[in-house]
Amino acid sequence: MVPITHYLVLAAVLFMIGMFGVMVRRNALVVFMCVELMLNAANLTFLAFARQRGDDLGHVNAFFVIAVAAAEAAIGLAVVIAIFRSRGSVQIQDIRTMKH
Amino acid sequence: MSVPDVLFYIFAVCLVGAAGMVVASRNPINAAMSLVAAFFFLAGIYVLLWAHTIAVLQVLVYAGAVMVLFLFVIMLLSLSERGPRSPITVGRILGGAAALGLGVVICIVVLKLDGSAATLTGAQAMRFGTIARMGELIYGTYLFPFEAVSLLLLAAIVGAVVVAKSRI
Repeated sequence: MVPITHYLVLAAVLFMIGMFGVMVRRNALVVFMCVELMLNAANLTFLAFARQRGDDLGHVNAFFVIAVAAAEAAIGLAVVIAIFRSRGSVQIQDIRTMKH
Repeated sequence: MSVPDVLFYIFAVCLVGAAGMVVASRNPINAAMSLVAAFFFLAGIYVLLWAHTIAVLQVLVYAGAVMVLFLFVIMLLSLSERGPRSPITVGRILGGAAALGLGVVICIVVLKLDGSAATLTGAQAMRFGTIARMGELIYGTYLFPFEAVSLLLLAAIVGAVVVAKSRI
């Protein structure tokens, strides 16, 4: 049996990669994908701790995280489309004001 | 090492590789495809953690619905990375250092924890993470959060249409 700590370290690495992507990438869509990676890292932590404790309430939590992530993706991509419509670009250095 | 152990390390290496490709690839389509691969490897790891229901949901919702949404938006906007490949900049070094620092801190804390999984026996082991058990929890104890999430999804659908449509 792989120690649960290895799963948690994997989640930390995944979160790290996602965080790096959010900070360095300039394309808003890729930034969104990196946010999804970070949410998945959090989910992996929930499930690893659920297995460690032998308590599947962590699975319910992961279920809610998936639902909220789906809502976030829908709204976020709608915002990206609206920004692309008004500015013709989704590069985040081109987006400086919230008004259009 | 048993088969699940070997599978875990294979999935873990592939997952980190795919996640790295999401960040590194210049074309958003390639990033989205790497993300799909990452979600599949993650679903495999969820199965190794006995979270079968969540693994199925991961493939259905993430690798299915969310990624179709991403690909649809990428193709709708017909994006491509512009300009030459940018070199290593101060921002990238700082971002990498910050992410690495956070990762190291989390790893230090996590490695102090007890790594042994709970020993489940008999009926408990048979029920752990199954859809029947999940259903009992979600429609029983957690009914109110479940209904709140369904309301949130409804609001997200309406909000997405209002935001993305230019004239209604």
